[in-house]
Amino acid sequence: MRMEQTHCLSVNENQCSMCMPMGAILAFKGVEGSMAIIHGSQGCSTYMRRHIAEHFNEPIDVASSSLNEKGTIYGGEANLRKGLDNAIKLYNPKVVGILTTCLAETIGEDIDRMAADYLEEKGLVDLPVVTVSTPGYGNSHFEGYFLAVKRIVAELVRQSVRHKGINIIVPNISPADIREIKRILKMMRVSYILLPDFSDTLDRALERPYRKMPAGGTKLADIAGMGGAQATIQMGVTVDEAISPGHYLESVFGVPLYNVPVPIGVQNTDLFVSLLKKLTGNPVPGSLEQERGRLLDCMVDSHKYNAYGKSVVFGDPENVYAVACTCLENGISPVVTATGGKGGKLADLLKTRLPDARPSAQVLCETDFSRIREKSREMEANIAIGHSGGRYLTEREGIPLVRYGFPIHDRVGGQRLLSVGYTGTAMLLDRITNTLLENKYRNYRRNIYQQFYYGTIKPAGKGRGEKNELRLQPGAKRE
Amino acid sequence: MEAVNLLELPVEERKESIYAKGKQKPNLKCDTDSIAGVVSQRACVYCGARVVLNPVTDAVHLVHGPIGCASYTWDIRGALSSGSDLYRFSFSTDLKEHDVIFGGEKKLALAIDELVIKYHPKLVFVYSTCIVGVIGDDLEMVCRVAARKHKIEVIPVQSTGFAGNKSAGYRAACDALLRLIEPKNKKEVKKSKSLNYLGDYNLAGEVWIIKSYLREMDIDMNVAFTGDSSCETLKTAAMASLNIVQCSGSMFYLAGKMEQIYGIPYMNISFLGLEDTAESLRKIARFFDEPETMGKTEKLIEREINAYGDIVRGYREKLRGKKAAVYVGGGFKAISLIKQFREIGIDVVMVGTQTGRQEEYDTINDLVDEGTVVLDDANPAELEQFVLEKGAHLLVGGVKERPLAYKLGIAFIDHNHDRKHPLSGFMGAVNFAEEVYATVCSPVWRFTQVPAAAHDCFAGEADNNETTTA
Repeated sequence: MRMEQTHCLSVNENQCSMCMPMGAILAFKGVEGSMAIIHGSQGCSTYMRRHIAEHFNEPIDVASSSLNEKGTIYGGEANLRKGLDNAIKLYNPKVVGILTTCLAETIGEDIDRMAADYLEEKGLVDLPVVTVSTPGYGNSHFEGYFLAVKRIVAELVRQSVRHKGINIIVPNISPADIREIKRILKMMRVSYILLPDFSDTLDRALERPYRKMPAGGTKLADIAGMGGAQATIQMGVTVDEAISPGHYLESVFGVPLYNVPVPIGVQNTDLFVSLLKKLTGNPVPGSLEQERGRLLDCMVDSHKYNAYGKSVVFGDPENVYAVACTCLENGISPVVTATGGKGGKLADLLKTRLPDARPSAQVLCETDFSRIREKSREMEANIAIGHSGGRYLTEREGIPLVRYGFPIHDRVGGQRLLSVGYTGTAMLLDRITNTLLENKYRNYRRNIYQQFYYGTIKPAGKGRGEKNELRLQPGAKRE
Repeated sequence: MEAVNLLELPVEERKESIYAKGKQKPNLKCDTDSIAGVVSQRACVYCGARVVLNPVTDAVHLVHGPIGCASYTWDIRGALSSGSDLYRFSFSTDLKEHDVIFGGEKKLALAIDELVIKYHPKLVFVYSTCIVGVIGDDLEMVCRVAARKHKIEVIPVQSTGFAGNKSAGYRAACDALLRLIEPKNKKEVKKSKSLNYLGDYNLAGEVWIIKSYLREMDIDMNVAFTGDSSCETLKTAAMASLNIVQCSGSMFYLAGKMEQIYGIPYMNISFLGLEDTAESLRKIARFFDEPETMGKTEKLIEREINAYGDIVRGYREKLRGKKAAVYVGGGFKAISLIKQFREIGIDVVMVGTQTGRQEEYDTINDLVDEGTVVLDDANPAELEQFVLEKGAHLLVGGVKERPLAYKLGIAFIDHNHDRKHPLSGFMGAVNFAEEVYATVCSPVWRFTQVPAAAHDCFAGEADNNETTTA
């Protein structure tokens, strides 16, 4: 396995990551009655709202302190205060998240002090406010997401009595995935607190009348009790301790932390289910065993098709790791794995998994699609798995894309894609196998014709130009 | 007429930017900074500049800033090219904490060097972002040095995000274009019987549609700003004898400057809707004032109206009486939409823009019926309130507004830069009518109006204990 940490170019060409506040917004969308305000110029919140809205097909309301030149020169406190006034008036939130931007951080805004002064002066001491320092130049959206969850935990968890509940901390997976995890937890009769839960807020049912503040999200009272939980299961094996909410709960409240991969793939799901069994002592119900059996059946049915798969997997480190594991279980070679940010522990983790596949497999961190494309071509990848940025690989290199992760902008239903648990894995695997098959069926007649037919005809000059001669030339460009 | 509750605005401070048309014409507050916390739909200076310049096909568009600004704007627009597709790549200097502390000039210079080696561009646009404005990188200097070193055009775009709103970005883009088109020797510029087409970004090939009309009228389109343009074609801009301006919000500044510097007169036109398209073509023909051109123009209009007029009229019969709410980027688009809706029998009951100017709002006021709500820089709370109060059947807007309309249970028209079908010209008017019909008259709305009744399919039937399959 070849490791490549950072490429030396001074240009990032066709981005594979987003900025910190973007990830933080998603985390806040999973908290009941929360409203995020971005302290920075108006464009930041609008661009991120657009980016999120196009994926989820949901209205995404995020306030901005709309910093202008004056605020930038003399400080943005007045803007932030007015922003808080208006956002609180319009949305009547139960909790407010204040997120910084490049601009606010560079001019040195002390949002903790500003928030405290504001709440005191307005007599809003009961309104929880969570500040998160998310400069866009700091890290990627992935770190922004986990840092925001950690800050939510740090601000909202209270010292509480021990209880049987289990904290479940999820990365940026689809609302359908969160619902599936909750279904498995219910089947295993687990009492749990899942954070952040945007399964309803970012995938709402159509209802009347419309509500500005969507129902759903992890309840504040539940978050407060996370410190008394029996254990934390965090789907965050790639997450650095410094931004790990589970690590925080362990070190401050003594809640034992179990870091597990996202339950995609049979091994990862087994790990999750076994852990639930171990922690609760509850048996695995027969119906879940059946789902596992069906996944195994699916894997066997498809294994010969998958054997020819050489995948390029990209996106958030946590998702990339789980999908790469799933590829390996099924005989698909993850020849290129890539993430736009630093990737936390992704590279080290993959190092332990990849050698059994191909020694030359590429792991790219802090990378961009220019590099991903280059390596995919070099490694002759024939399937891409990741967000819609991968359409670039399809367009330029003819590598078909299985859409998975965030964002998906060029297809509908990103919020409904199910990929976790035994059933979700089977659905993801079918999407992958069928994409390989579709590509094979599209090309095999022509490919085989071009490879072999010319060996069957007479050499040039003898009988050329007969009426049945096909006009295709050997080596003609493949589709 | 529905009552409009202007007394109970979600945010009182927004009062001066909203009114319902009555006998007196109030002065609408517009083109100012957005109010913090109300969730404005506007973006930033950088956004405005990027919208205008991005369709320049063979340019390297290099965003000097952190990753996000480039990431959120990578290939998100439907501008088409007949040549290079370098403009569909998104380049960023990906500034990190280290660069913010020690300055990003060196990295920028290196980035330009690398891109010149890899892509051999004739033109590089370097966009400034918020932090660049704060850390004070000297874009002018870096670009000047790079231009001299590589003997190409390297033009800084002063689009620092916080320094104004989206229209300041239009202006920054126009300033960059003015630098690009400046001829080496002004006296040698020879005028030709051709025009420049300002404010069309060749979304879904719209520039090509208009170019083909003009060709039929024996008029050359010199270059479009900026749809399907290139470094070389833009540099010929000063040779045209007329500028026609479609999206005036983004281009009125450039048109004025080109008149002042190169003596090129300009006229506002609109190719949205059958009527406006025909009238605009006549206006152009009259400028060149040649009998042959006038004749060809009338022939073209007659043929196209014959081909498409009945189809549009057919939709009018189906759509008559429906009500539309419009919330779009600029004033030109809003004005055109009011007229275009009228063409298909639809009244506009709410209309607003992100960056409309006072004179555009004056025109809007003249066009709309009494009671229509006019508003600048709206937010989701206001859109929700007025769409519902005015009983609109559809909303026109961009990506952020779409899910709001759908959640409110009304139809939606995508009038943004990522659409994949042309709305310009005669055929575009048919596409528009078709899209309105497809969304307003979709069968899905039958199921969304009374969701509570879903499980009462057998209400009223005798309860006879016999189970039947539905």
